[in-house]
Amino acid sequence: MNAPGRPAVGPGAGAGVTTSPFVVNDRVRRKMRQEKTAQVVFGLMVVLMLLPLFAILSFLVIKGAPMISWEFLVTNPKSGMREGGIWSALLGTIWLVVVSLAVSAPIGVLAAVYLNEYARDNWFTRMVNLAVLNLAGVPSIVHALFGLGAFVLFFNMGRCVLAAALTLAVMTMPVVITSTREALGAVPMSFREACWNVGATRWQTIRRIVLPNSISGILTGVILEISRKAGETVPIMFTGAVFYRNIAEGDVFAYSLREQVMALSMHLYTVATQVTGVPEALPFAVATVLIAAIIGINSTAIVFRIWLRNRKKW
Amino acid sequence: MEWRVRLRTGRMLPKDEKMRAKRSIWKVAVEKGIEVVIHLCGISAIVFVFGILFFLAREGLPLLWKEDTTFSISKFFGSTEWYPTSMANKRYGIFALIVGSASVVTLAMVIAVPFAIGAAVFVSEFCGPKIKETLKVIIELLAAIPSIVWGFIGLTVISPLVIKVFHVPVGLNVFNAAFILALMAMPIMVSIGEDALKAVPDGFREAAVALGATRWQMIHRVLLPAAKNGLLAAVLLGVGRAVGETMAVLMATGHAINIPFVTSDGEFNWLWMFESVRTLTATIAAELGETGQGSDHYRVLFLLGILLLSITFIINFTADVIVKGIRKQI
Repeated sequence: MNAPGRPAVGPGAGAGVTTSPFVVNDRVRRKMRQEKTAQVVFGLMVVLMLLPLFAILSFLVIKGAPMISWEFLVTNPKSGMREGGIWSALLGTIWLVVVSLAVSAPIGVLAAVYLNEYARDNWFTRMVNLAVLNLAGVPSIVHALFGLGAFVLFFNMGRCVLAAALTLAVMTMPVVITSTREALGAVPMSFREACWNVGATRWQTIRRIVLPNSISGILTGVILEISRKAGETVPIMFTGAVFYRNIAEGDVFAYSLREQVMALSMHLYTVATQVTGVPEALPFAVATVLIAAIIGINSTAIVFRIWLRNRKKW
Repeated sequence: MEWRVRLRTGRMLPKDEKMRAKRSIWKVAVEKGIEVVIHLCGISAIVFVFGILFFLAREGLPLLWKEDTTFSISKFFGSTEWYPTSMANKRYGIFALIVGSASVVTLAMVIAVPFAIGAAVFVSEFCGPKIKETLKVIIELLAAIPSIVWGFIGLTVISPLVIKVFHVPVGLNVFNAAFILALMAMPIMVSIGEDALKAVPDGFREAAVALGATRWQMIHRVLLPAAKNGLLAAVLLGVGRAVGETMAVLMATGHAINIPFVTSDGEFNWLWMFESVRTLTATIAAELGETGQGSDHYRVLFLLGILLLSITFIINFTADVIVKGIRKQI
């Protein structure tokens, strides 16, 4: 049965034959060792990548956390930003994000609707796709130059919330376009076909079938866009953010569209590099607030996405 | 009821006009309006890209044909003397800035690429679905940390560490910035690299394992060659992100105009990674606020922007072509 040199067939069939795949011999052991080593080495690479990050982030939080309190969040910076809290910066960031979102979310979602529902596969669509891709890759400093040249100077807005928010909107548009496209693309084609077959027009199908079935995916994209906007520094630096402004504490409408604002990210830059004599924990506290806000927003998006995936009916 | 088929659309309509379902002209008009808006939004991305090109050119290019200026293209790329605010003799040479950017980005990639590819392989090949999900979420969260925070980390955490560990006088240097950039670029490289590995058909893996290959053999003989284009695209996108990064490098490089590879005696500097440098992006960010609108200095900064835009455009375009190529193959 067992011709020498040929692998044995069946359990136990090749007992004593060294080439049998079912016997743990030296070669098999070596292979298993190799397998384990590879797993450990690659696992180690991940650990080595993540460990310094966690160490650094927890270091920031540990240094910054003692300073953070409700008081810290709702008082203005005082005495040349060396004391007080971050109220005006926090509110400025919120203003920038909200105004910018009001512009970029509708345009971004509709652009994705166009690309996914209307666009045919032709050279023009490829151009649009290429444009979205490149817009996503443009460095933030170039967006800053664009915002300065276009909104601040050409459209004569001056440095204000509106100009900064529009710059942010252009910059983060690809995020919402890409994620909305993904959400729309996940709606099965048969849903649309069923709707067209009962006589609905394209827009009716989108309005009644496609959008309701993809709304959670779209929202996830919008949430991610919020976090991206909240963290950016360079695009707002020359288009509407200032180092220092004093505003009424507790009044969420203390800013207006045509005024300059403070922003959290910019404030971190200021207290970390521009002002001397800042208490050591202050920049850490600002950084902690910023990180907490961003991670909080992103986690919301992730939880939302997981919930959505579990709920999906098709 | 009698029906007739409309030839153009192939739709069946009742012959009797009264039996047809009709919508008011108003509703049809609104729908048409909405569709026009959707089309306009669709082309917005193109408008923005051309807008960026146009406004950068509008502010920057006039310098090229301006007379009575100390600016010249050959000096712009060839000279290391960047003295835009000098009273007597303004000089705009960006060679040192290019070298600064290139050295930081190269070192960052040397640090990041092995880890990113290793992590991508681990995520896609070695771990179970639970760990995979967790790792992907963590990587996504890390990618979201803003660059200003990274810059702050470079300034307050890495800089003292570099001084202590390597016994060098300045902690804000090429190594510090490259380390920060490596940490920043890794998440995007891992997630795109993982996509590339996922795109390799399972049949490849099964064939390798059926021939008796261990997982390590399967990875380096089958997977990595099969996914090499995708991995290259991942690296390119990481480079694109690193080149354009501003706040982090502004805070972590030390921001000194310097060619790190040459010592004052004119010899090769083996400790180049512990020299301070200045990058293209950081220069714009640091100086744009202080220039008068329309001055030569202001326009040169816009020219730098055009240069950066072209570099990142080429990088992203190449990455896209590579990715598209893969999709066609499989």
